Amino acid sequence: MEDLDGVVAAAEHAFAAAGDAAELEQVKARFVGKAGVLTEASKGLGRLAPDERKVAGQKLNALKDAVEAALVARRDALAQAALEARLTEESVDVTLPGRGRGRGSIHPVMRTWRRVEEIFASIGFDVADGPEIETDWYNFTALNQPENHPARSMHDTFYVEGGLLLRTHTSPMQVRYACMHQPPIKVIAPGRTYRVDSDATHSPMFHQVEGLWIGEDISFADLKGVYTDFLRQFFETDALQVRFRPSFFPFTEPSAEIDMAFGDGPLKGRWLEISGSGQVHPTVIRNFGLDPERYIGFAFGSGLERLTMLRYGVTDLRLFYEGDLRFLRQFA
Amino acid sequence: MEFSERWLRALVDPALNIDELTHLLTMSGLEVEACEPVAPPFTGVVVGQVVAAEKHPNADRLKVCRVDAGEGRMLSIVCGAPNVTIGMKAPVALVGAKLPGPDGTVLEIRRTAMRGVDSEGMLCSARELGLSDDHSGLLALDPTLSAGAGIRDALDLDDHRITVKLTPNRADCLSILGIAREVSALTGSPLRPPDVKPVVASIPDRHPVRISDPTGCGRFTGRVIRNVNAAAKSPDWMISRLERAGQRSISALVDITNYVMLELGRPLHVYDLEKLRGPIDVRFGRADEKLLLLNGQTVDLAADVLAITDDSGPIGLAGIMGGESTKAELTTRHCFLEAAFFHPDAIAGRARRYNFGSDASHRFERGVDFDNNLAGIERATQLVLEICGGEAGPVVDEVALLPGRPAVTMRVARAHKVIGVAAGAEAIGGIFTRLGLTHESTKTADGDVVFRVTPPSFRFDIAIEEDLIEEVARVYGFDNIPAMPPVAPAAMRSPSESRRSLHAVRDRLADLDYHEVVNFSFVDAQWEKDFADCANPIGVLNPIASQMSVMRTNLVASLVDNIRYNANRKHGRVRVFEVGRVFHRAPGVADGELSVAGIDQPLHVAFAAFGDASEEQWGEPRRVVDFFDAKGDLEVLVAPLVVALEPAAHPALHPGRSARVLLAGRAIGWIGELHPRWQQKYELPQPVMVCEIEAQALTAGVVPAYREVSRLPGVRRDLAVVVDESIPAGELLSALRKGLPEIVEQVEVFDVYRGKGMEKGKRSLAFRVHMQDTRRTLTDAEADDVMALARSLLEQDFDAQLRK
Repeated sequence: MEDLDGVVAAAEHAFAAAGDAAELEQVKARFVGKAGVLTEASKGLGRLAPDERKVAGQKLNALKDAVEAALVARRDALAQAALEARLTEESVDVTLPGRGRGRGSIHPVMRTWRRVEEIFASIGFDVADGPEIETDWYNFTALNQPENHPARSMHDTFYVEGGLLLRTHTSPMQVRYACMHQPPIKVIAPGRTYRVDSDATHSPMFHQVEGLWIGEDISFADLKGVYTDFLRQFFETDALQVRFRPSFFPFTEPSAEIDMAFGDGPLKGRWLEISGSGQVHPTVIRNFGLDPERYIGFAFGSGLERLTMLRYGVTDLRLFYEGDLRFLRQFA
Repeated sequence: MEFSERWLRALVDPALNIDELTHLLTMSGLEVEACEPVAPPFTGVVVGQVVAAEKHPNADRLKVCRVDAGEGRMLSIVCGAPNVTIGMKAPVALVGAKLPGPDGTVLEIRRTAMRGVDSEGMLCSARELGLSDDHSGLLALDPTLSAGAGIRDALDLDDHRITVKLTPNRADCLSILGIAREVSALTGSPLRPPDVKPVVASIPDRHPVRISDPTGCGRFTGRVIRNVNAAAKSPDWMISRLERAGQRSISALVDITNYVMLELGRPLHVYDLEKLRGPIDVRFGRADEKLLLLNGQTVDLAADVLAITDDSGPIGLAGIMGGESTKAELTTRHCFLEAAFFHPDAIAGRARRYNFGSDASHRFERGVDFDNNLAGIERATQLVLEICGGEAGPVVDEVALLPGRPAVTMRVARAHKVIGVAAGAEAIGGIFTRLGLTHESTKTADGDVVFRVTPPSFRFDIAIEEDLIEEVARVYGFDNIPAMPPVAPAAMRSPSESRRSLHAVRDRLADLDYHEVVNFSFVDAQWEKDFADCANPIGVLNPIASQMSVMRTNLVASLVDNIRYNANRKHGRVRVFEVGRVFHRAPGVADGELSVAGIDQPLHVAFAAFGDASEEQWGEPRRVVDFFDAKGDLEVLVAPLVVALEPAAHPALHPGRSARVLLAGRAIGWIGELHPRWQQKYELPQPVMVCEIEAQALTAGVVPAYREVSRLPGVRRDLAVVVDESIPAGELLSALRKGLPEIVEQVEVFDVYRGKGMEKGKRSLAFRVHMQDTRRTLTDAEADDVMALARSLLEQDFDAQLRK
């Protein structure tokens, strides 16, 4: 048995010399295989006296365990090395761009449209949309603007066949919606509108959002509260001054132009016209099919392009309609 | 309405600086759009008189002037102006004067030697003082000004030109007097109206006037003035006030009428008395009558157009513009002044019908004070006699029919309700008094106070209770009305789960790599012809440009234009979408809650893709976008709904690559590749895939309904058949989906092959059939039966052969 003393060291040495798993298994046979030194040694145990055999057997087992442990350790080391080699092989340049799909964008005016809807929906306003080719009745007459009314010249109207026109504002939706619903009426109506006007600050087609709240006691003070709050929500700042200034629209009375001024930023302190508004005129309330003695309320009409330009700092109105990808991509 | 601050302050002069004054006007509803100083700041400029002017010894073009600038000694000033003459008066910038230099700099005048001759100051042109662009010579001053007087006082230069944007209801503010009245009401500062003294007639001459149509002309006031010098020059003070009100000086008589119109809001007209043929008659026109106007335009009259006529026929469009035949000229000796009142309804819209407008029509259609005819004619007479001389006849004042001024009642409680603030009856009475609204008030049994207000002759905007409530709110101050947080029942509301909003549709298209665009709803008629074969779209009667002259019936044409725009800017890949209405004639559509008779205007959603299928990148081979990319996008867009495509021709599309989109059997739109003809015509270097569908089909959502998920394994079998190439795969698919038993959960095409090994005109289609029973495991025999059925279905209906 004495000659077995060096077997563990020899096995460790041989295992370490094995370069891969297959070689290791071959080398293993020299020690614990059928003809391995330790197997051979255990065959000789039977020739020993019983007490010697016990001692020698214990020693042999210890040697076997040690060789097995060396074998497992070497196997693990080889597996780990193989894995590492594979991982190194498989590594990629993570700084290359991803293979994902491109991402389009929502038009900035439509972003505004959606935000306006969401803000008003949060206090219970419905959303409505309707015809863009309108009748004279809904666009003008129902809104207390009969033919020859000087206020009609405030709107340069596009006409189409049959006495029809392209709506000059979203206000016709006040009448259409109110005729379809019972008070309390709370609705906003965003959409396309048209006027014969085209220069750096006017587009022949643009977007407005109409707002209408009719109830038994909806006052001008409520209009001030609602619209002021809307602007603060929309621009996400309380550092905003809002002022209501007397004006004239045939379909509201009293009428107000709403101006706002930012508390900071490049436009700080400048009054900017943002909306027309007022208490709905009793003639219009009657055209809703309601009794103006019982129902009152406010309406407003704001330009979505205007809100969008102020929100995102867009300085040229024409960009909205050119479809230039370099512009649109900024709103992804 | 443009006017000068100083003119206004002559009538009312509150203790407010210019900023406070303009803010006051804006916040009372008279929006100040612009306010500019009439002259830039400068100092040290006085009136100088050129006493002598001799040729400069060393320069041909210069003169050495001796100038009296009130200094007690003559100044020697070198001057190169061509118009310098001995005796003239012109501005002198003294040594030390500070003048406006270029780009906001200040130019200080120093004593200098000019070509060897000392110059003690500078004689100035209008441009050198920043008064105008005129640099043709010295600014010639009124000879009556005294040498040495400060030029700013002499020319009244510490003034502002104010532009007010007036709303159509405030006709009463279309004059200095009207604005002064408003300022007086708002500030309590006393109003000092111009002192108009009646001119006593010195001759008996009258010109007869008749009003045949009192509903058109309510009042006609006239006066003959003989022996005027119509060529007399308007005084500088008048020219200056007119210019600062945006009116160019024309002639003394025209300037006077403009002046009185601006001052009192009283339009006037001057006729050459000798050109009038018989009595004036104011009546509505006749369709066969024509009239040559002062502006050179000839107009056809009509039965609702009010005319001033004499024996020769129409001589003026009442309240709009005079006629050429009777106009006063510089040679006019005798004139007839008109100060009429025309009812707004008889004037409104008429000028617009003839495509022009005038200061008079602007005022008459909004309402002119019917009580200031006499004041206006006296004021004008006074000015004519002062400036042009002459003798005035007696005033003839025909009153036919004046607007009524019925009292309007306003309940204080109603005002509170509408405005939302409790202004007391006393405060309200005070507001009415300040506005010159005659009123009385009574208490009602329920404790409310009711005002009865009689509007003055200059207000045409007070007819109902709300008109008074508006006046109260306005003068009370919108700023003083609180902003109330809204109060409403906290009812829960949420959009229905079975509806998808258009915003969600937009999001999905953006996720599919499309950029949203907004295009005009009116397009080039040619696009309609090319892309929709629509020869007669709804036209815009007054388009701003010919390429925006028809209402579009499709969105695709605009998207193709967006692609072209970007392709021309070196974008090789463009993907765009739009949501918008299209417009069709539809005789079946009636007027309705949300419809207009004869017109169908549904919302559409369209997308278009051009260039590479994916963004340029390192990871995948480049490939140009094709039909199935677009179809895949459409499928994702409509999911969870499922659309079917059927081959069909469309004028915009490649005939072999175009399909009608069906949803539950109903056609909802089109998809396909742009016809190569249009790709070439619109100069697109690559094919374009387009799709346009009704938005309504996309906004229907689906509330998911659970079906039991089997815990048992399913069976999957494949079947490959060879069929005629001309048979659409979709037909085979739907035959299988319809014909196979319920245990078949899904059938899909997983391979398409044609080419080598395949007979010409044939292709192979491979289907994968998924089977599943939720209650038990399927046997091989059952699966075999299903596949045998599938095979026989395809063999029977499509002459399919099993692929070997």
